[in-house]
Amino acid sequence: MSIPLSLSVNGKAVTADVDERTLLVEFLRHDLALTGTHVGCDTAQCGACTVLVDGRAIKSCNVLAAQVAGAKITTIEGLAGADGTLHPMQAAFKECHGLQCGFCTPGMVLGALDLVAHHPHADERTIREALEGNFCRCTGYQNIVKAVQTGAAAMAK
Amino acid sequence: MYSFDIRKADSVAAAAALIAQTGGRALAGGQSLIAAMKLRLAQPGTLVDLAGLTELQGIRRDGNALVIGAMTRHAEVAAAADVKAAIPALAALAEGIGDRQVRNMGTLGGSLANNDPAACYPAGVLGLGATVHTNRRTIAADDFFKGLYETALGDGELITQVSFPVPTKAAYVKFAQPASRFALVGVFVAQTGGGVRVAVTGAGPSVFRAKALEDALARTFTADAAKAVRIPATGLNSDLHGSAEYRAHLIPVLAARAVAALA
Repeated sequence: MSIPLSLSVNGKAVTADVDERTLLVEFLRHDLALTGTHVGCDTAQCGACTVLVDGRAIKSCNVLAAQVAGAKITTIEGLAGADGTLHPMQAAFKECHGLQCGFCTPGMVLGALDLVAHHPHADERTIREALEGNFCRCTGYQNIVKAVQTGAAAMAK
Repeated sequence: MYSFDIRKADSVAAAAALIAQTGGRALAGGQSLIAAMKLRLAQPGTLVDLAGLTELQGIRRDGNALVIGAMTRHAEVAAAADVKAAIPALAALAEGIGDRQVRNMGTLGGSLANNDPAACYPAGVLGLGATVHTNRRTIAADDFFKGLYETALGDGELITQVSFPVPTKAAYVKFAQPASRFALVGVFVAQTGGGVRVAVTGAGPSVFRAKALEDALARTFTADAAKAVRIPATGLNSDLHGSAEYRAHLIPVLAARAVAALA
């Protein structure tokens, strides 16, 4: 069985027929080949699959594609400019060495964007609390926090 | 996941009818249900998605009560000026549930209907003596939570909103299990028009009121009075995260911290 699904992904309208069981992360990775959204734990703990749904960070491994019908989804592929210019938050992760293996990075960046939308001038503690649902198993948290602060400052300009 | 059918309805009445007709299950934010379905611990044949039902949304002040729609997300409760002003302990409780991504999907009604033994919202609802409104009736918090993942809700009965009486003061202190951020033990203390109420989550099969603490705090509302209370470990949860005795010990300790936070 399948259901028709219409939504917007990175500014583009998408229509597809999907199995009811399809998770949002499966839809993004398999149907749309947007493999920048990662599956880490597949149990809604690690946050590698974080994407924005109407601006809210959610874990796409724990949400059905059918639940976000009609919504605007932003994945890591939707952040850089058409000419490849990095989004200020992406640029900050690069500058601050906010990544080592890079697996958690897409989720970290999108989680950070949700944070900045609510707390444009977040202090270190707020950033650490806001990223509680994003694990970095390289344990590079110091530089991740620095990157989020730098990215937030760049976005405020 | 086992296969299922997913349906939407355009009203609470239509959603309830669909659930009754299909023997299906309501889908709120899905933060526990989808995970349980992935593990094949839950296998509903039909899901009725309540997202988008405007009747279930929103936060409003109604006299001396705060009324919150069942599909209001944790993040919305945590950020709402009305909640922060009227019952800051409830906003803080919502802010401490899971992580940001979970709070952006999870809902008040979903949490209550699921009644996870370690969930935070049941402590707030029972601690404040709230009233749960459904599509059929109103249920007092004292009559709502029945046991492990069990509530007073009947088949096809949907929570529509929860009415929280504004307390004189209230605080919630959670000893979080660090990996899941669920409450290993969480204690909600409220001074209300009807006296002191103390609700405990995480410690037993379901949220419960700690009468010994309520009596002690009714006599003297101090942290020392709370700390002096001994809670028996009988019937409390014991698992790899903590023994029943450990949880029993934590209850007065956390109650004392909650009282201290109100001083």
